[in-house]
Amino acid sequence: MASLRTLLARPWIWSFFGALLVWLATIAFTGGYGGGGMITAALSLAVFTVIVGVGQMFVITLGPGNVDLSLPANIGLASAVAMKVMDGNDAMIAVGLLAALACGMAIGAVNYLLIWALRIPPIIATLSASFVIQSVDISYGRGLQIKPPPGFADFTNWQVFGIPVLAILTVLFTIGAGIVLQRMIYGRSVLAIGQNIRAAWLAGVNVGRTRFLTYTLSGALGGLDGALLAGYFRGANVDIGNEYLLASIAVVVIGGTSVAGGKANVPGVWGAALFLVLLLTMLNTFGVSVGVRLVLTGLIIVGVITAAGGQKALR
Amino acid sequence: MPEANADIIMPDGAEKLFGAVSLDIIRLDGAEKHFGAVKALAGVDFSVRAGECVGLVGHNGAGKSTLMHMVAGTLAPDTGQIAVRGGVEASYSVPRAQQLGIRCVFQELSLCPNLSVAENTRINHASLNGFGWRRKAADLIAAKLDEIFPGHSISASDIVGDLSITSRQMVEVARAFTVTQEPLELVILDEPTSSLDAHTAGQLLAFVRRFVAAGKSCILISHVLGEVLGNADRIVVMRDGKVVAAGQADQFDRDRLVTAMGGAAAREKAAAEIASGKPEPGPLRVRARPARQQDGNELVARAGEIIGLAGLAGHGQTDLLLAIFAAASRARTGIEVTAPVALVAGDRQSDGIFPQWSIAENIGIRSLARLRNGLLISPQREAELAELWQRKIGIRTPDMNNNIFSLSGGNQQKALFARALGSDAKIVLMDDPMRGVDIGTKLEVYDLVREEARHGRTFLWYTTETEELDNCDHIYVFKNGRIVANLRRDELTEEKIIQSSFGEAA
Repeated sequence: MASLRTLLARPWIWSFFGALLVWLATIAFTGGYGGGGMITAALSLAVFTVIVGVGQMFVITLGPGNVDLSLPANIGLASAVAMKVMDGNDAMIAVGLLAALACGMAIGAVNYLLIWALRIPPIIATLSASFVIQSVDISYGRGLQIKPPPGFADFTNWQVFGIPVLAILTVLFTIGAGIVLQRMIYGRSVLAIGQNIRAAWLAGVNVGRTRFLTYTLSGALGGLDGALLAGYFRGANVDIGNEYLLASIAVVVIGGTSVAGGKANVPGVWGAALFLVLLLTMLNTFGVSVGVRLVLTGLIIVGVITAAGGQKALR
Repeated sequence: MPEANADIIMPDGAEKLFGAVSLDIIRLDGAEKHFGAVKALAGVDFSVRAGECVGLVGHNGAGKSTLMHMVAGTLAPDTGQIAVRGGVEASYSVPRAQQLGIRCVFQELSLCPNLSVAENTRINHASLNGFGWRRKAADLIAAKLDEIFPGHSISASDIVGDLSITSRQMVEVARAFTVTQEPLELVILDEPTSSLDAHTAGQLLAFVRRFVAAGKSCILISHVLGEVLGNADRIVVMRDGKVVAAGQADQFDRDRLVTAMGGAAAREKAAAEIASGKPEPGPLRVRARPARQQDGNELVARAGEIIGLAGLAGHGQTDLLLAIFAAASRARTGIEVTAPVALVAGDRQSDGIFPQWSIAENIGIRSLARLRNGLLISPQREAELAELWQRKIGIRTPDMNNNIFSLSGGNQQKALFARALGSDAKIVLMDDPMRGVDIGTKLEVYDLVREEARHGRTFLWYTTETEELDNCDHIYVFKNGRIVANLRRDELTEEKIIQSSFGEAA
């Protein structure tokens, strides 16, 4: 009983609970048919939200006003860069991945440069950067869908006993992110800055470097996500990252990370990503039209944030 | 505690015969309050009459704030009753207290930093509405500021967040005394002078005397015992949630108050210790010239020295400390720093505390690099550091993993000291860190500071309390962002500081 209570006290448990509920509702509707396949599909898709969600989580944890709105454009450009560099050739997969990472990191670094040098609020800086990135992407990719090498496409769709390998790797990655957050100087610095940037500076935290690293990290994860998405969906295109603007922020907030900064939650990102993907699957299964689906998704996100993500005031 | 009981001087019974009840603005009988297992108040009788200033003293955690929250209506007693002007209040609350003219200025500054001074004033006065409310509020607060702090430089259109902490406290106090529709009978001043310098504090206390002379009442809580002795008509001493002594102010002196509070009178010891043979000063640690300094005056600090920064509040002392702090990580002209620096913030909430974190995490943040085991921060080493300093500086908590806000204000400040002293810093900057801290905590920290200085640490100590300068080897007096006087400890007197602070040339 006591252990149950401590479990319930963890904010991330609710996102998993919500995911479970949605899944049960769906298989109840289908009469138990396709439950396993639904989980496999949900894991495969959730991976992409989790990767950018973790990057966004670090950024949002930096405190009020910090958010990376350039992720969709970043994902689009990086997917094109990765596919062009790989050029359908299995031997170039690693190089292509590195190119996508570098592209994302460069975007993140430029974002912070705008924020720091021009003192633009992060929302404006990342949003305006994303217009530039998108233009670059359009002229670079010429709007064509570029195919991934067969080896890379297979890798991103590879499953072991119905579990996507990419999901397993991503779980390991999120465990690493959790350790970075709680047990490394960088993570502690992010949390300190999010709670009180001035106090953090006065406590000897290197504020500038930490913020720079955080935006660069978010950019890098966006780049990686772009490459993986292009592999999974067998082709890069400009719009491939569009849905990850809302999704990356939603999973952070639903997952129990404080929008006010200074408090992050890694497991919650997984729960929330699964919840969102399963929610979409459920609405599809129910045969709801696209318009209604979007409205419902929006309402549910708002509802969950109000119910579970609402932070209790200290003191 | 038989001894403590022997100390009690109860307000003479004769007055009750003369119907003192009707004169009581507010009266609490047998008030008790528990917070979980902690007994914050253990049956307290307390009253305030019209036209009297009651001084309330006691260590942090003695129950003063809890008692005042009851008077203000923000907390209800578990048992006991509250009577206002003789009538028992069944459901006493904040709106009721306001209706009755009872107001308070709490220790935590309560102004909204994003609003202007006038807008903050409007918050308390619902009747200032319609067109031109902003101007009406501005006139109201400006008039009160002029009345209490003549010669102040605050404009009603200033945004509170841009004001210094001293100005903010002045606004906070002045706002409590503004009147529109609701009456004003009793004002609770909880540490009203903690962020004020000697000059403005004097202005405020003089105003309080005028206010009381006009038949109104005041409760004055202060850790500066001289203020209480000099301005209160009656003094109530609290310890461990009980009233341990009460009586007319002239029945008390400093020693008697300290004894009743249960603190050690270690001040003489401090002075003696400093006087007794100071070792030769060590190598240069800091050499700094304030940005606005035009003559050749500069601040010089060597290893093992405690350097005081004095003068009126907000005259460039904090700016210089921050410049020195910044110079430690990035070179600046005019400032030379030769060792790692740590800072103890005075404005805890905005410059020091990480509200989401435990006490241990709040202490460890300055020393993360040393707490690592390989790449990762070792929770064990973090706990060891916290426990070491819990013992050394006496942080009163059952568990250092509790949230930092589970501590009283004085203990939060101790945690900030532990953060700085537990670090590798050879230079410790102190930005008036003792505001609102009780005398027991202060004496403990003074001892620790002197001990650390003997081991070679350098302290730069900005303080608004002249008494604290007794701990320093050398004192720089600031005025308008410049160093105007440079005093050795044996040359130090309060007059000299005030003279330098106000004089044209020192």
